[in-house]
Amino acid sequence: MSNAANFPILSTILFTPIAGAVLLLFVNKRQENLIRWIANLVALLGFLVSVPIWFWYDPAGPQYQFIERVPWIPSIGADYFLGVDGFSVLLVLLTTLMGAIAVLSSWTAITDRVKEYYVFLLLLQGGMIGAFVALDFLLFFLFWEVMLVPMYFLIGIWGSDRRLYSAIKFFLYTLVGSVVMLLGILALYFHLHDVTGAYSFDITKFQAMHAPFDLQWWVFLAFFLGFSIKVPMFPFHTWLPDAHTDAPTAGSVILAAVLLKMGTYGFIRFSLPILPEATKASIWWVAGLAIIGIIYGALVALAQKDWKRLVAYSSVSHMGMVMLGLIALNPVGITGSIIQQLNHGISTGALFLIVGIVYERRHTREIAEYGGLSKVMPVFAAIFMVMMLSSLGLPTLNGFIGEILILQGAYTANIWWAAVAASGLVLGAAYLLWLYQRTMFGRLENPKNEHLRDLSLREIVTFAPLVVLAVWIGIYPAPFINRTAPTVQAVMQRVNPEYARASAAAGARQAPKIADCDENEPLTPFTTAPCGDAAEGQAPPPPAAPEGGGAPQANPAGGRH
Amino acid sequence: MDLIWLIPLLPGLGALVNGLVGVRAFGKRTAGLVANAAMAAALALALYAFWQLLSLPADAREHTVRLAAWIPPIPLALGNGAIGGFTVPWGFRLDPLSGLMILVVTLVGFLIHVYSTGYMHGETRGAYARFFAYLNLFAFFMLVLVLGDNFLVMFVGWEGVGLCSYLLIGYYYEKQSASDAGKKAFIVNRIGDWGFIVGIFMVYGTFGTLDFRAVADAAGPMGVEAAGFGTLSIITLLLFIGATGKSAQIPLYVWLPDAMEGPTPVSALIHAATMVTAGVYMVGRNAVLFSHAPMTMEVVAVVGVATAFMAATIGLAQHDIKRVLAYSTVSQLGFMFIAMGVGAFAAGAFHLMTHAFFKALLFLCSGSVIHAMAGEQDMRRMGGLKPHLPITYATMLVGTLAIAGIPPLSGFFSKDEILYRAFLDHKVIWGVAVATALMTAFYMYRLMSLTFFGAYRGPAWEAHGGRADHGHAASGGGHGHGGGGWRGPHESPRSMTVPLQLLAVGAVLAGFVGVPAALGGGNAIEHFLEPSFVARTAAPPGATAPATHEARGLGEAAHAAESKGGEGTGHAAHLSRSAELGLMALSVLAGIVGIAAAYRIFVRAPEIAETLARRWSGAHRVLSNKYYVDELYGATVVAGTMGAARGLWAFDRSVVDGAVNGSGWLTVSSAWVSHALDKYIVDGLVNLVGAVLEAGSFVVRRVQTGLVQNYALVMLFGVFAFVSVYLFVR
Repeated sequence: MSNAANFPILSTILFTPIAGAVLLLFVNKRQENLIRWIANLVALLGFLVSVPIWFWYDPAGPQYQFIERVPWIPSIGADYFLGVDGFSVLLVLLTTLMGAIAVLSSWTAITDRVKEYYVFLLLLQGGMIGAFVALDFLLFFLFWEVMLVPMYFLIGIWGSDRRLYSAIKFFLYTLVGSVVMLLGILALYFHLHDVTGAYSFDITKFQAMHAPFDLQWWVFLAFFLGFSIKVPMFPFHTWLPDAHTDAPTAGSVILAAVLLKMGTYGFIRFSLPILPEATKASIWWVAGLAIIGIIYGALVALAQKDWKRLVAYSSVSHMGMVMLGLIALNPVGITGSIIQQLNHGISTGALFLIVGIVYERRHTREIAEYGGLSKVMPVFAAIFMVMMLSSLGLPTLNGFIGEILILQGAYTANIWWAAVAASGLVLGAAYLLWLYQRTMFGRLENPKNEHLRDLSLREIVTFAPLVVLAVWIGIYPAPFINRTAPTVQAVMQRVNPEYARASAAAGARQAPKIADCDENEPLTPFTTAPCGDAAEGQAPPPPAAPEGGGAPQANPAGGRH
Repeated sequence: MDLIWLIPLLPGLGALVNGLVGVRAFGKRTAGLVANAAMAAALALALYAFWQLLSLPADAREHTVRLAAWIPPIPLALGNGAIGGFTVPWGFRLDPLSGLMILVVTLVGFLIHVYSTGYMHGETRGAYARFFAYLNLFAFFMLVLVLGDNFLVMFVGWEGVGLCSYLLIGYYYEKQSASDAGKKAFIVNRIGDWGFIVGIFMVYGTFGTLDFRAVADAAGPMGVEAAGFGTLSIITLLLFIGATGKSAQIPLYVWLPDAMEGPTPVSALIHAATMVTAGVYMVGRNAVLFSHAPMTMEVVAVVGVATAFMAATIGLAQHDIKRVLAYSTVSQLGFMFIAMGVGAFAAGAFHLMTHAFFKALLFLCSGSVIHAMAGEQDMRRMGGLKPHLPITYATMLVGTLAIAGIPPLSGFFSKDEILYRAFLDHKVIWGVAVATALMTAFYMYRLMSLTFFGAYRGPAWEAHGGRADHGHAASGGGHGHGGGGWRGPHESPRSMTVPLQLLAVGAVLAGFVGVPAALGGGNAIEHFLEPSFVARTAAPPGATAPATHEARGLGEAAHAAESKGGEGTGHAAHLSRSAELGLMALSVLAGIVGIAAAYRIFVRAPEIAETLARRWSGAHRVLSNKYYVDELYGATVVAGTMGAARGLWAFDRSVVDGAVNGSGWLTVSSAWVSHALDKYIVDGLVNLVGAVLEAGSFVVRRVQTGLVQNYALVMLFGVFAFVSVYLFVR
């Protein structure tokens, strides 16, 4: 770890956008371009300061790294406690990148109340980062709630059509979920006190706790409501299409790319490791809802006439896939779930940016208003094509990696899950190709579209990192997969210890040390390695287990890009 | 051979250059040059690699190159409960089967690239570069498909070629029918891919690896599932579903005829010679799995023969020259699946190769005809073109004789081998296949007759002073008659005729690598390919490797030089040499009868055709409407899906969202019965601001630790409160 100086990197990442927001308050609101420049620079800086954790995070080290901890409310045992594992590193980077992209994409789209807009956008960013780096449950909850406010204003003030309805729906719906979730947190909190005699909101302590099944069950339900509304899972998804449709482009991008991940983050960070027994008791109906979501979302997307609402429903389908992967409760499924969360952020974020591009030019989202745009906007058409293909899971692009891992994991859990869920891929191709055909192909018949501008340099720059990431994850996902290993390993230790043992045996030297590791099980030799020769690249090791066959972090050199 | 990964990569780079730079900056010459150079280099490398492969001893002809871990190992339980590691390398493997395929793909691909420089010259600059970028991209994915050493890398190519097919079918994207056809191709293929990918999951669950060699070696010692429908049967059946999509077999063949919306070189390369054979190739790749699942094999053979027969009947009644060829492709692919289904993997691969030559040739000839006719594709408006297009006529005749199975052209050897093996397996399949062969000869000669013989039925050119400039022939796709300048049917430029001549040579000679023993040959290709179809582990009795003919020394063709004599494993039931020759004569006879009948009906006495069509008008209508299968699918699958989509969308709005809105409404009405919605919003916000402020002050009161972070947090609240008030009070 190169963070030798004990530099508070997480606080820096967390407070950069917030500081930027404060700075903007002191700028005259008439100097709109100055405000734009400052917001863009702050957002870029916010991304740059987060890049080191990609390099410094050591998948072979302890699960949580870059720990910062100071008492916050000692009387109730709440700390300002930050730390990240591989999973949150990826999500933090996704947040800072998408944040910068969202800010950059708003340059010409927002002309009204510019200053307030950027202040909210940066505050939102701070809130999201906070939720991903908090290791104190109360602190997490604080950020979780705090995010709602700027998003509410972004939709309510800069949205379109029925923006107030959508904003309130978004706010109240998620608020209901989080209130119930808070009850769950408090139940765990008091139980921890009963067991240990001390009050604490320390997440790592919760993750080590063995709560009785009854408590687990009720808390699981409470968490489920909170998280599944955020994901959103069928049937709690109806706030999403409204919120997406009416939000400004940047709001949709952030909502899809990052905010929805709060739900799946919650499942992997809290529900699975803290409530393993309740989780295992629930896999059937959770998987059922996930699969319904995949197919339902795709079918409803097929029926849409509104470009943005179509993408929103595709989100429901894709997030169903993410849920299916994590509820498979095996390493491949959860790894796929995490990778797919990034992928969804990248591709769906890009698809919302794409709608934003044409919406800004034509002020309509009706698919029927478009057609033949390839003719006048070739660069746009090419980027749209790539992101569409990434979204429908074409191999060599990112979506495929996530989907194949999720479905392979689901197959291992239950063959029918994979068989049914895979049909979502067919529907995914159907609604995306049809959308593309209706908007980009055909004759350009609507005279209003005849003089549409192709992408400006700024717009190309907003898409460029997403295209690069889509290809990178598609062709060489190892650095990403390796970083998720400690998280997956820790979750496995709780929900499916056999896997944890197998990986520990396979990569004993590099096995991540989990804070709450009860005891080291005797290492059983990792004998079943029929894939042994397939596992290794050029230099075949002894025919026994491949180096780190179970622990993907065996290839840290490859990860350092 | 360590550089085999460069073979796909070179066209990949070509695609990248043309796609990123070419479409904006390159002239047509540069764009064509880049694409052709990339293909030529790939061809040279492929030849070199193949030569190296030949120089190895027969049992060592397998070379694997792994570039990097694509998916690093992640633990995953297998079907038997043991925990394995799910991992996939970027691995490529050269062995006889993939060696044959890279030769076919690069050679035919290169010729079609050359042809395209002539055929597409009427396109605009950017569109021309775009076309070549797609074509190169296709070659890239196709080569990845055949060289991949595991299921997932093959799947990359598999989906990739599907994408290129989509892009190229929809190349004239302003044309509704073209973009519809592209979409249809992609989605129908995806339906097949569902089976393929679930099959892949099952392969991993069963074997713990996705490596072809490792899977084959692990499957080798397993029992043949003759009695029941076991795991291997399910796996192979799922994989075969994938194959029916890509290789256009019943029930997923419907996309291929529509794919003719693409430019003709695309039809030749992708929808005849290479991509559509990927399903056949995949079955051959997994020959060990399939030969352990006799029930699946039966399904494969039956689907193959049914498709072959049905497509041939449709081909009898089509008027569009490209559609005849498209159904002929479907039919010939059916023949390849018959071969796979009866365990004659080598024969199937052999037919794949010869078909690549003569079908690419036939399509390119049809392209030349269309080019000459300024975009006309309807054979009813052709006729008598022979004197105008001497080279096209001659080469197309070669292709027709080859596909009809007239000795000694290539199609004879490969088709006869399949028929012979089908005869050994099942007489009914053989009988239907021979009937299909007869129809093949008939509809192909019908095509020749309608196009080249008889009276010219096309538009007059002197009277009109010209039709479309021949340069625009291609860009119109279908019936592109445009401005003036068409000076009547004319032979195509050299860039088009030279590939025709070269392919014709291939269509004549390609068969000599597989001359059967009965004719004194060594069937070199079968011995060459065999190591690709067997496990390296001992097989239990019954799991016979594909039977081969007895081979005696070297074959006749130069390619046969490396054949190893007399080492065939697992001899199938043999017929006497005379019986074999009898069968051969019968299949040749079928071809001759078909041609003769077509000659009689369409050249000597065209009125017979009309009489027949009238007398059998019902059957004729059913055939020319392709058995109404498209209509059937439209009314069931498509309408069902769209109905479900609309129904669920209504359900989503009314029921699911209705519940949400309903509970919201209940809350609102119980709290503020008489207040308007606006009031509610404003109040709600003010209350919220208050709550946030209160929470903030709570923090301030409770926490006075003097820590910077805490003050920053407090600041966060302050900012929220401040901004909220600011926004709503002003």
